Amino acid sequence: MAHIQLNDLRKSYAGQEVIHGITMNIANGEFVVIVGPSGCGKSTLLRMVAGLEGITGGTISIGDRVVNDLEPRQRDIAMVFQNYALYPHMSVRENMAYGLKIAKMPVAEIDARVAKAAAMLELEPYLDRKPRALSGGQRQRVAMGRALVREPAAFLLDEPLSNLDAKLRVQMRLQIKDLHQTTGQTMLYVTHDQVEAMTLADRLIVMNKGVAEQIATPHEVYMTPASEFVAGFIGSPAMNIFTVTVEGGAALLPGGHRVPLAGLPAGGSVRLGVRPEDLEPVADEVPGIPVVLRSVEWLGADAFGYGTIEGSDVQVTLRLPGATAAARGQRLRVAPMAGRVHLFAPDTGKRL
Amino acid sequence: MRRTVFPHKLLPWLLLAPQLAITLIFFYWPAAQAFRQSVLREDPFGLSSTFVGLANFRKVLNDPSYLNALQVTVIFSVLVAFFAMAIALFLAVQVEKIIRGKGFYRTLMIWPYAVAPAIAGMLWLFMFNPSFGTLAWPLRQLGINWNPLLDGDQAMMLVVAAATWKQISYNFLFFVAGLQAIPKSLLEAAAIDGATKRRAFWTIVFPLLTPTTFFLLVVNTVYALFDTFGIIHAVTGGGPGKATETLVYKVYNDGFVNLIMGDSAAQSVILMVIVIALTAFQFRFIEKRVHYG
Repeated sequence: MAHIQLNDLRKSYAGQEVIHGITMNIANGEFVVIVGPSGCGKSTLLRMVAGLEGITGGTISIGDRVVNDLEPRQRDIAMVFQNYALYPHMSVRENMAYGLKIAKMPVAEIDARVAKAAAMLELEPYLDRKPRALSGGQRQRVAMGRALVREPAAFLLDEPLSNLDAKLRVQMRLQIKDLHQTTGQTMLYVTHDQVEAMTLADRLIVMNKGVAEQIATPHEVYMTPASEFVAGFIGSPAMNIFTVTVEGGAALLPGGHRVPLAGLPAGGSVRLGVRPEDLEPVADEVPGIPVVLRSVEWLGADAFGYGTIEGSDVQVTLRLPGATAAARGQRLRVAPMAGRVHLFAPDTGKRL
Repeated sequence: MRRTVFPHKLLPWLLLAPQLAITLIFFYWPAAQAFRQSVLREDPFGLSSTFVGLANFRKVLNDPSYLNALQVTVIFSVLVAFFAMAIALFLAVQVEKIIRGKGFYRTLMIWPYAVAPAIAGMLWLFMFNPSFGTLAWPLRQLGINWNPLLDGDQAMMLVVAAATWKQISYNFLFFVAGLQAIPKSLLEAAAIDGATKRRAFWTIVFPLLTPTTFFLLVVNTVYALFDTFGIIHAVTGGGPGKATETLVYKVYNDGFVNLIMGDSAAQSVILMVIVIALTAFQFRFIEKRVHYG
C-alpha cells in the first residue's frame, strides 16, 4: 500500500505529445478512476504508471520512490488487463501463484495467500481449471485474484469490466468496490464507462486529448464540471449546452427566448449548460424556453423527451416524470432550476 | 467447422482426383513395390527373381554396416533437428526485437529455403572443401587440421551444418508466426508479475509455442531422415568410409549403385516402419505436453 504521485507527467510518440503534463497526488488507499473517451490517453497514463510505457517528461513516484527508470517488476504494482491476460497453459492456482513463485516466497505462504484470495473471490472450486474452462466473469475474478495475492503497493485496472455482459458488469463492479473497502488498497482504475467511474471512484480524473480536464470527487465533477467537455461527457443523457447572448441580466437563447439568470457576465456570448433533470416545467407567463418534442423515450421510472427549442433547430433533452403524457409534437415550456446552470467560456470551454 | 455439401456424389471425388492420383502413383505404388521387392531376390543378371521370405531383412539387420548407418542416422537426425529448431527459435525471437526493417530481415531469413538441397550441398562444399574451399584455408590458418575428406567427425559436422542451414528458414517462418500469435498482454502481465525477460520466455512464451515446436519436431525429424539425401550426396557421398552414410543414403547406395534390389527394398521397408513408429510415438507421448491455446 502506498500513495502515488504524478508530477507534470508527459508522453510523446515520435515528437507528437499525447499526454500533456498531468499532476496528481493519489492518497494511500484511495480509489481513483481515470475516465474519458477512447483515444484520450487514459490507458497510456495507466501503462506509464505500470512501467509498460516509457515516460517522456515529469516523474511518477510510488510510495516515496521515483519509479521513472524502474522496470514494471521493480515497481511493486499489480495490474488487471482488459482481456485479463491469464496464462492459458497454467491452472487458476498456477496463474495466481506465478508472481509469488518468482518472488521466491515459501510454498506454504503462497498456498495461504492463494487460498485467501480464492475464498474472497469465490474461486475455490476452479483452482485446478485452466482459464479456457472458465466463464468471462470467472476469468475476470482470476485476474483480480492474481493481482490480489501479490499484496502490491498499488492496484492498476485497465477497463477490467468492459468484456463482460451488462448484468455481470454490475455484479463485478460491486465486488470491486467491496474488495477495495476490505483491502484498503490504493487503486487506479481506467474506464470509459461513466457509471463505473461515478460509482467506484473516490476521485475522478476526467481526461480529454491527453489533458486532465478535471480531478475531483464524482459529486464535484457532476455538480460543478470544470469545463464544457466534462459537462458533456459525464451525465446521461448528456447536458444541454447552448450558445447564448447576454443582454441585461438575461440570456438570449436560440430562437430569441429570454431567460433571466443569476451570475451571468456583463455581456457578450457565453456557453450555457443545463442538465436534462434541471429543466423544470413552468407556467406560460414565467419566462422560459418553449420546447417542441420530437420524440419521448419512456424508461419506466422516468422518461426522456427529445425536442428542439421553438423557433430554432437547437436540440434539447428533458427529463420528464414516468407518468408523463407528453408526446411527439407537443410544446412544453421549461426553465432551468435556480443554481443549476453551468456557464462556460465560449473560446476555452472553461467554467466561468 | 463449416461443411460444404456437394449436390452430386461424383463431384467431390473428381475434385480430389488430382491429389489422390499423385498420392497413389508417387507414394502408395512405390511403397507397394518396395514391399514386393523386399521379399524377392534377383538373379545376378536381373532376368528373374525368386521369393525368399524374410531372408533380405535377416541379412540387412545382421549387417554391421547397416547398424553403422542406423547409428549415423540417429546422430545426424538428432543434431539437425535440434540445431535447426534451436537456431531458428533464437533468430525468430531476435527478429521480434527489431523495430525498423523487420520485413526485410524476415525475407532474408527465408531465402535459404528456396535453395535446392543439392545446390545447398554444393555451396557448403565450395566453402569447406579442404583443397579449394573459401573457408577451409582460414580454418587451417587458425590451426585447425580441417579435412572432412579424411576426418569422419568433420565430415559429419559439415553435412549437419549444411542440412541445418537449409532447414532453419522453414522453422524460422513457423516460429515467427507462432510468436506473433502470443498476445503481448501476457508478456506485460508476466513483467508486472516480476518475471525477467528470460524467465518470461521460458515460463510463458516457450510453453505457448509448443504446438509450433511439436509440429516442427515431426517435420524436422522426417526432413533429417529423408530430405537430406541431396545434401549428403553432394557434400560427402556418405564418406569418408561410411561416416556420413545415413539409412536413406544406404538405401540409394545399395539399390541404385550396387544394384542389390532386395536388400535395398528391405531397408526401405524398415525405414518406413521406423518413421511410422517415430511419428506415432511423437503424437502419442510428446503431444501430451503440448498446450493448444
